[in-house]
Amino acid sequence: MAPMLEVKNLRVSFPTHRGRVEVVKGISFDLGRERLGIVGESGSGKSMTGRAILKLIRKPGLVTADRLAFEGVDILRQSEKQMRSIRGARISMVMQDPKFSLNPVMTVGEQIAEALVTHEKLPRREVNERILTMLEAVRINDPKRVAGLYPHEVSGGMGQRVMIAMMLIPGPELLIADEPTSALDVSVQAQVLDIIDDLVTTKGMGLILISHDLNLVSRYCDRILVMNSGTVVEECAAGELDSARHPYTRGLLAAMPTIDESRDELPVLDRSQWAGT
Amino acid sequence: MGGHMSAIRLSNLDISYGDTKVVHGVNLDIAEGESFALVGESGSGKSTILRAIAGLAPDWTGGISVLGQARSHGVDRAVARQCQMVFQDPYGSLHPRKTIDATLSEPLAIHGVGNRGKRVEAMLKAVGLDQRFRFRFPHQLSGGQRQRVAIARALMLEPKVLLLDEPTSALDVSVQAEILNLLKRLRREQGLTFLLVTHNLPVVSFLCDRLAVMRHGRVVEVADVDLLRSGQLVEPYSRELLAATEGRAGVIA
Ligand SMILES: Nc1ncnc2c1ncn2[C@@H]1O[C@H](COP(=O)(O)OP(=O)(O)O)[C@@H](O)[C@H]1O
Ligand SMILES: Nc1ncnc2c1ncn2[C@@H]1O[C@H](COP(=O)(O)OP(=O)(O)O)[C@@H](O)[C@H]1O
Ligand SMILES: [Mg+2]
Ligand SMILES: [Mg+2]
Repeated sequence: MAPMLEVKNLRVSFPTHRGRVEVVKGISFDLGRERLGIVGESGSGKSMTGRAILKLIRKPGLVTADRLAFEGVDILRQSEKQMRSIRGARISMVMQDPKFSLNPVMTVGEQIAEALVTHEKLPRREVNERILTMLEAVRINDPKRVAGLYPHEVSGGMGQRVMIAMMLIPGPELLIADEPTSALDVSVQAQVLDIIDDLVTTKGMGLILISHDLNLVSRYCDRILVMNSGTVVEECAAGELDSARHPYTRGLLAAMPTIDESRDELPVLDRSQWAGT
Repeated sequence: MGGHMSAIRLSNLDISYGDTKVVHGVNLDIAEGESFALVGESGSGKSTILRAIAGLAPDWTGGISVLGQARSHGVDRAVARQCQMVFQDPYGSLHPRKTIDATLSEPLAIHGVGNRGKRVEAMLKAVGLDQRFRFRFPHQLSGGQRQRVAIARALMLEPKVLLLDEPTSALDVSVQAEILNLLKRLRREQGLTFLLVTHNLPVVSFLCDRLAVMRHGRVVEVADVDLLRSGQLVEPYSRELLAATEGRAGVIA
């Protein structure tokens, strides 16, 4: 059986005054119903990879690949109209900051309803029931009240849970979460990721978790790709991150302070070791 | 003096925004030269405490003193000179149309300090920025470089106390490491006192001597950093924070 997502030699480039510059430089990976982490520093091409999968890179950006297929469907050959029936319904994306992703003039309930009925015609009563069930699934205790609130009336953590509810209510097969908790603080981060993890596991979805935080991807993923300047420098099982071999990965690991920190100085990356950074 | 002067003393401090009180009865005594962390859930009032000390949240009751001087509710030049603040987002906190040179000279001009060119040059060096950045604008710098500028600006008046609000939260781990090393070195070289807000407990282990855990506007626990390192914080909420961090680091450790 073919994997859910096949990516072969994916390239993303943008024109600059020095000519076309590749920001994703020919990366390849397959994804089954598993949790894949993409980790690397800012600017390494993580978001562009996620967006390319959803065909969200606008001109003058250019995406090429030997193969980019979701459940056998050739993404690069889909029209914008065809993509609209894939986005949300079959592949969903959660982004970093709910404030920029939620519509400020619609209530939480209306937005979740819209996410659902765009893809499925349902009677109003059933829509309402599904919304309340979904809000409960993201552990919102008083879903009736919250459904009536506007985005500015909910906290960051709750806003992000609302986003997740919106993204998951159409029942997608693959969820791409791009730094979904970077705007939240630690205790709330763990809650939100536990919710995503729970839903991904129980619904048997695929997950691509994009983050600059190695601890976080190693906790919530099965497999990890480490990206540096548009290339994948290392691929490993999440449990084996501590025995990563590439100097870039080792450098990132060593640069993080630990809870029982005793070093007087943290090692910093010697960027001259890797071309192009 | 006996070497035991308080750098920051907060007594029965309540802070409000309009009708809403967000910080309740906080007592803290931070010694000169100490590095002290405020941690806790978002919205618990950590930034508000820094803002009140810096004079940016004037609606408070109780006592705030900095280096033995009680702070007034208004603009307090003596405090401003001794005590500077660094914010999380170096992009938002630097003026987009001012060069680095102008940004660093400004506090000197306001306080009538001379010899500005030399001081700017020396400060760029101290925070590890090449002189070629001097006449650039913020958008021409990386996130880590901008945070170095923000730290440099805070240090221009040679303050004794730095209030640091999530100074590395917006940065990649490798850049975070550079800034943490820089802060540690500057503290050692200049005998600074730090009051640091962070949600990252390992950062506290690296940079701080003590911490206060806050929840719902109250301090629930004050502890030595050794107790954090050995996982021995006692309050249930502190243990929750520890568990959230350990659960994540445990996989790699
Ligand atoms: N519209 C654009 N034009 C040119 N370069 C871009 C554009 N958008 C993004 N980039 C560059 O692409 C690189 C990868 O970006 P991105 O995938 O967002 O990185 P990250 O790993 O932080 O998510 C970055 O160096 C960024 O500056
Ligand atoms: N300028 C402001 N006006 C009104 N309320 C504010 C303002 N700034 C913060 N608050 C509120 O004060 C409380 C404490 O906020 P803050 O000190 O920023 O928390 P923390 O830094 O711990 O996340 C929160 O409930 C927040 O919504
Ligand atoms: Mg990104
Ligand atoms: Mg804050």
